[in-house]
Amino acid sequence: MEVAQLQKRFLELISTVYQEGFLDDQFVQLQKLQDESNPDFVVEVVSLFFEDSEKLLNNVATALQQPIVDFKQVDAYVHQFKGSSSSIGAQRVKNACGAFRNFCEEKNLDGCLKCLQHVKNEYALVKRKLEYLFMLEQQIVAAGGMIPVIP
Amino acid sequence: MGQKTQQSHHMVAVTVNEQLGTKRKYKFFPRAWLPKILALWIVLVLFGSRTIYTRLDAVTKERRKEILVSMCDQRARMLQDQFSVSVNHVHALAILISTFHYLKNPSAIDQNTFAEYADRTGFERPLFNGVAYAQKVVNSGREEFERQHGWIIRTMKGEPSPIRDEYAPVIFSQDTVSYIGSLDMMSGEEDRENILRARNTGKAVLTSPFRLLGSHHLGVVLTIPVYRTELSPNPTKEERIQATAGYLGGAFDVESLVENLLSQLAGHQAIVVNVYDVTNSSDPLIMYGNQYEVGDMAPEHVSRLDFGDPYRKHEMMCRYLQKAPTPWSALTTAMLAFVVGFLVGYIIYSAAIHIVKVEDDFHQMQELKVRAEAADVAKSQFLATVSHEIRTPMNGILGMLALLLDTDLSATQKDYAQTAEACGRALVKIINEVLDRAKIEAGKLVLETVPFNLRSILDDVVSLFSEKSRRKGIELAVFVSDNVPEFVMGDPGRFRQVITNLVGNSVKFTEQGHVFVKVHLVEQAKAVVDAKMINCMNGESEGVLGDHQFQTLSGYEAADNQNNWHTFKHLIADEATGYHDSSKVKTDDASQKVSLSVCVEDTGIGIALHAQDRIFTPFMQADSSTSRNYGGTGIGLSISKCLVELMGGQINFISRPKIGSTFSFTVDFRRCEKYAVSDLKKSISDDLPSAFKGFKSILVDAKPVRAAVTRYHLKRLGIQVEIVNSIRIVADLFRKNGSIIPLNERLPDMILVEKDSWMSDEDGCSGLQLLNRKQNGHTYKEPKMILLATNISNGEFDKAKAAGFADTVIVKPLRASMVVACLQQVLGLGKKIPGKDMCKGSTFLRGLLDGKKILVVDDNIVNRRVAAGALKKFGAIVECVESGKAAIKKLELPHSFDACFMDIQMPEMDGFEATRLIRDMEKNANEQWNVGCVNNDEATKRRAWHLPILAMTADVIHATLDKCLESGMDGYVSKPFEEENLYREVSTFFESKPLPDSVV
Repeated sequence: MEVAQLQKRFLELISTVYQEGFLDDQFVQLQKLQDESNPDFVVEVVSLFFEDSEKLLNNVATALQQPIVDFKQVDAYVHQFKGSSSSIGAQRVKNACGAFRNFCEEKNLDGCLKCLQHVKNEYALVKRKLEYLFMLEQQIVAAGGMIPVIP
Repeated sequence: MGQKTQQSHHMVAVTVNEQLGTKRKYKFFPRAWLPKILALWIVLVLFGSRTIYTRLDAVTKERRKEILVSMCDQRARMLQDQFSVSVNHVHALAILISTFHYLKNPSAIDQNTFAEYADRTGFERPLFNGVAYAQKVVNSGREEFERQHGWIIRTMKGEPSPIRDEYAPVIFSQDTVSYIGSLDMMSGEEDRENILRARNTGKAVLTSPFRLLGSHHLGVVLTIPVYRTELSPNPTKEERIQATAGYLGGAFDVESLVENLLSQLAGHQAIVVNVYDVTNSSDPLIMYGNQYEVGDMAPEHVSRLDFGDPYRKHEMMCRYLQKAPTPWSALTTAMLAFVVGFLVGYIIYSAAIHIVKVEDDFHQMQELKVRAEAADVAKSQFLATVSHEIRTPMNGILGMLALLLDTDLSATQKDYAQTAEACGRALVKIINEVLDRAKIEAGKLVLETVPFNLRSILDDVVSLFSEKSRRKGIELAVFVSDNVPEFVMGDPGRFRQVITNLVGNSVKFTEQGHVFVKVHLVEQAKAVVDAKMINCMNGESEGVLGDHQFQTLSGYEAADNQNNWHTFKHLIADEATGYHDSSKVKTDDASQKVSLSVCVEDTGIGIALHAQDRIFTPFMQADSSTSRNYGGTGIGLSISKCLVELMGGQINFISRPKIGSTFSFTVDFRRCEKYAVSDLKKSISDDLPSAFKGFKSILVDAKPVRAAVTRYHLKRLGIQVEIVNSIRIVADLFRKNGSIIPLNERLPDMILVEKDSWMSDEDGCSGLQLLNRKQNGHTYKEPKMILLATNISNGEFDKAKAAGFADTVIVKPLRASMVVACLQQVLGLGKKIPGKDMCKGSTFLRGLLDGKKILVVDDNIVNRRVAAGALKKFGAIVECVESGKAAIKKLELPHSFDACFMDIQMPEMDGFEATRLIRDMEKNANEQWNVGCVNNDEATKRRAWHLPILAMTADVIHATLDKCLESGMDGYVSKPFEEENLYREVSTFFESKPLPDSVV
């Protein structure tokens, strides 16, 4: 594919991602932290995020299936998840986690389960977007182009 | 958050209720009971007075009764006595008859003798109407008797007596009763009975009362038997009858007897006396007195009377004629007691009512107070909440604007965005101020006591406003007296806030002239005033010079002339002379207090006179036009005032409209411990290198105050300064040196020239230039030429270069770090200056964090990585751990970390706990070091362990922050990192490395 086209697509993706609120300012900050001395910083952090998230989501799901649900534990997991998602700027996941924590506080199992589903969805969405983004980046780099500066 | 707030409001309400509840318990007693208690009391008093009355009345009655008893008894006794006397006389008469009638033969007595005798002895028997003697005649002897006496025996009714067993005809009678002569006494029922009883008993016997024949008075008849012979000592009834010769009788007028008796006694009219014959107890027969009851019935007394007749019983009954008089004394006493009791009760009642009322008022006030306090708390909470809630989205707005500004924008767009950003920043500032004010009002502001360098804080403030002052062309200068210790204990943040506010105001409201910050000791100020007084007396003139130039920093007139040269030189003179030493001596004293006087002088628009008295009121600016022209809320000064007062000082100002204002305030700090100072110097003030020590310089400045300020900055670096008025003098000096081979005199290393001195002295300058060139050939190390300027245009800059100031131009305001940087550059001691491609904040951060070793503690791997990345970007060496426990292990003393960023919410051990443990460890180590001071290793020589720990938290509510500080943290940074926030927090701990922001 042509570099220009890839770049265009990349920009489109970026703008939709921000517009739809999948990512926020924090992701921009994260990208700013990436420089020559640390070229793969964003990818590294985001893949850490994926690993961490999947582990946490599993933990939450297991915890919610227990006969006696330890809501404190669930809340702790969700808090962690919220922290890491806010760190990479996954805004919608973060917001979903906020709602989730409210249900944890109320010890509302139904609400929690619903929220878990919601968080999972959001996470899957943002994961897909990010993977796509990185893929595009790689392609651009592979095609010898410059990754466009995020407006 | 919303939920939380609601909860806390609820909490407030609950505490209010609780407070009210506990306070209600202390109520005196229920108000409704009071009238009941009063009524009960009145009833009690009523009973009491009644008792008093009855007691008193009873006493009176008793006494009255006693009187009655004694009177009655007295009367009865007298009556009895008189009666018995009379009876005795009748007895005597009987014995007379027995002796002279029967024992003499022939009889010595006849009727006439008897009558005469009885008459003549009648006074002895005043109570007897008369006495008569009846002879006992049996039926067999009747005939002879009648014949002997010549009359026949007749009955009481005057008829000849029928035949009976026995007769008792009267043979002798007193004249008063002669009508009964020859009457048979036995014929009357009463008399017969009497006669029989008398002769049976041998005693005087009485009849029941009856109306006497003559007087119609009530009376009784007394009968005494006369015996013919002497009787045996204990005669029987038959013997008595046998021996009876006749009977002596007399009518006893009871009525007149008692009448007589009573009339002899005192008080006879007061009582009523009745005498009764009570032989038949069921039917008492009255003998004396009114049969109908008169007089007072209530107290009566009965005394027994013994008239010598055992068969008959008599008694005397007495009572008062008058009713008992009303007992007035008892009545009045009782009434008095009642009135007194009532009054006492009423007084207590009204007192109680008053107490209850006061108590009610008190409760009401308390309730109102609690409510007011709750409202105040609610207000502060509301302010805090709202401010926080505004700040959060504002951060978003500002962040977005910053992002927007990074993008490609047209000039107009950029302008708009910049304006928006500036407005946003202003808004955040206002919110912060409101929050501060709310915090101060709520009394939640706690001042720190940490050692800090006053001068470097002033440098910071100057650097903050340097840009603005340069743009406006205002001279901004700081002068700190040498007597002020380098390090003091206090709250640097709050001190900085006050200074920043005052300087900010000054810079804002000043269009030309200068803003001058001066710090000296309060005692010094006093000394200066004294010195001035002396000078005044010596006749020295003050104030303006002849050429209408004011001797102030910039030559503009200031509101308060305490900073003009005439006063200022005393201050400096004091420092130069003995005062310094004397204050040094003071340092050794126990006096730990350092009272500083800070004044901020400007030559701005001043404050209108009418507005001067409300300048410290929140949200009040001098007038509304001020806020229109200059912006701002006017809250800053009120916060400054609060802060200054919290720091134990006072703030005031002198202002003259159109001339300027001088704000001055005092603060109390504490002196640093000596060893602490030396430690601190090592650790903190490494930014002021000692490389310049011993350098010599000449300062060319015609304005003495400004020269003093410049000298102060150079002196801090250890540079000796000589001040001269004009370049010509310098030129002369050099010419001299140039021509004469220098002796031991050392040439100055640098010559600093004020811009206006240079401009006004063009010729001298060229001379200097010449001199320089000439000297170039010599081996002398040429002095560096430095131009000092507030603002300089490009043209002027070129001109200056041409004129010989090739070396550098220092653009004021002067700051230690900046002067250092410039001089380093000029003198070739300079360090490598970091690249200029970074943006400003990053530059600062890099300056702060470069090479610092930082520990990041977070359980979340993603967060850890991001934080590490961010910090690494600013040059920090980052190490990460994933738990509080691991952090503690890492931070076992001694360690080489410069700071720690700590997540709060972590499993197992949260950030608070970990910090507490770390602080404990440090404390122990410090104590051991202090106590022991054992080995003099380099490691232990360090100052007290205190690792800056910053909390990393996503939700930055006040409670969290307070908890952070409580557990020993030094601050917090929001997560994810935000450059400004990070810089603000980090700058508190790390001294910035010198970075050039001067025109080089």
